[in-house]
Amino acid sequence: MLTYAIKRVALAALILFVVMLAMYGMVFLVPGDPASVALGPRATPALKAMLTERMGLDQPVAVQIWRFFANAAQGDLGIDVWSKRPVLDQILEAFPQTLLLGLVALSWALTLGITLGVLAVVYRGTFIDRALGLVSVSFISVPSFVIAIYLLLIFAVWLQWLPAIGAGKAGDIPSQIKALILPSIAVGIGWVGYLARMVRASMLEIMAANHIRTARAFGLPERKVVTRYALRLAIVPTISVIAVGLGSILSSAVFVETVFSRPGIGTLITGAVFKRNYPVVMGTVLVTTAFYLLVITAADLLIAKLDPRVRDALAR
Amino acid sequence: MRWPADTRALRALIRDPMGLMGLILVALFILMAVAAPLLAPYDPLALDVRAKLQSPSLAHWLGTDQLGRDTLSRIIYGARTALTIALTAIALAGSIGILLGLIAGYGPRWLDAALVLIFDALNSLPMMMFALAIITVLGPGTGTLILVVVLVSIPGYARLIRAQTLSLRSADFIVAEQAIGASTPRILMHHLLPNVIGPLCIVLSMDIPVVIMLEAGLSYLNLGVKPPTPSWGNILYDGYTAIRTSSTLVIAAGAPLVLATLGFTFLGEGLRDALDPRFATARPR
Repeated sequence: MLTYAIKRVALAALILFVVMLAMYGMVFLVPGDPASVALGPRATPALKAMLTERMGLDQPVAVQIWRFFANAAQGDLGIDVWSKRPVLDQILEAFPQTLLLGLVALSWALTLGITLGVLAVVYRGTFIDRALGLVSVSFISVPSFVIAIYLLLIFAVWLQWLPAIGAGKAGDIPSQIKALILPSIAVGIGWVGYLARMVRASMLEIMAANHIRTARAFGLPERKVVTRYALRLAIVPTISVIAVGLGSILSSAVFVETVFSRPGIGTLITGAVFKRNYPVVMGTVLVTTAFYLLVITAADLLIAKLDPRVRDALAR
Repeated sequence: MRWPADTRALRALIRDPMGLMGLILVALFILMAVAAPLLAPYDPLALDVRAKLQSPSLAHWLGTDQLGRDTLSRIIYGARTALTIALTAIALAGSIGILLGLIAGYGPRWLDAALVLIFDALNSLPMMMFALAIITVLGPGTGTLILVVVLVSIPGYARLIRAQTLSLRSADFIVAEQAIGASTPRILMHHLLPNVIGPLCIVLSMDIPVVIMLEAGLSYLNLGVKPPTPSWGNILYDGYTAIRTSSTLVIAAGAPLVLATLGFTFLGEGLRDALDPRFATARPR
């Protein structure tokens, strides 16, 4: 188990390194130097020289790459050339907002998704099961930003029940909760469908297992069989799905934050992409990738610990 | 010789209400894309500033946008943009994925290990962040968009082909080919490829709505297809900016995205059920 853990963590670190090296390499592959690309038509020689120096582009490539990694390891992701603020500060401000949005979205999606999945199993083969199946597929396939915009139109523009933009006033919790409702629905809705399907599929598989037949043979009520004996096992695979799905949550957060003008990683990086603000883009990608790798590695280790079959396979 | 089986699958697809609906929606979508010049009542780029942001009328069935362009015509041409980008990107990614997958699965061990590491690295990036990073470097545009899709999709396709190749490389008929001195390219192209490509085709077709969604999403952020080329994403953005004055545009722009993604997903699910008897029996009756 320990060897497995060390291997997994080392692999994650290696991947992070490869990714950042590749991204850094890409910047140099592009025709034209980043400074004049970033400045666009406003580029005067003096301005260009200043930006080149400030971005450290006057140094040899190897030195630049070394500096980037050495600084990043110390938590220094460079200075945003436009706002002159440290990149890390901006990321640390934005990240909790995105994390909050993702967690709220995921928690309601988990609650509803698992409930719907169990309902589909309890009523399997009936009209309810088929209707839930259709609803799940529809939820999965419709893009989150279209849902976000339709929600905005209905609840913020027509009915005016909820705010259209922002994350609520600082210190005013009720306004922050109100501002979170629509975005979290938009981010979470696809997950409701996905989780419902997954829980249904893995429950059906488990319901055919021997221990369920034994439980029934002992005369346990069906409710208890479903919730105590089947659901508990069916939840294990959802852990890894949720961890890997974090990437898709980040993606929908980018769109949904833009639609609702919410501060967060999504608005930070899209704003930086427009201005070709390399330090902010690189920093954001580094931090989100590191976080993502951390979560999937942790989930793999957790599953290895929870599921005796995986644990035994590793021990061999 | 395969025809009887294929018509059986088609009949199974049509009998399934979800599959039938998917088939109809996708057919409509493809018709819209192919026959856009015949179907569109107006030039999608023709400006008429006096008629801006109109509500639906007999002249403009879905109203007009901020520049007085006919929304229906723009949506019809938008189908063409979406389909062209999706098909180009999927075909490119599929071909490269097949090639890399075959190399990884059939080539030397060290090359396999190196390729798998690269696939894993690409796979473990949050897709959207990766896409935005590439767009920052190369600048937005249709070419960048296709490149993003290709880079994001290759690892999955290559891994699928690699797994299939690995399971076949020591099969009797391949060993026999090696024994009679067939060249490696010949073995790869004539003997391995036809046997490994089937499952990939299903995956490729199910990825079409994903690419349509990504194209629209990035175009919505103004980081994809550049205006004035009509794309569902930038029509949606135009609607979003006018959401307080007119809701027609935003509703009209979102609808084709919802219908196209639903259609492709329903069709994909229906096809999988019709083609794969294992799934068909697992379905509740």
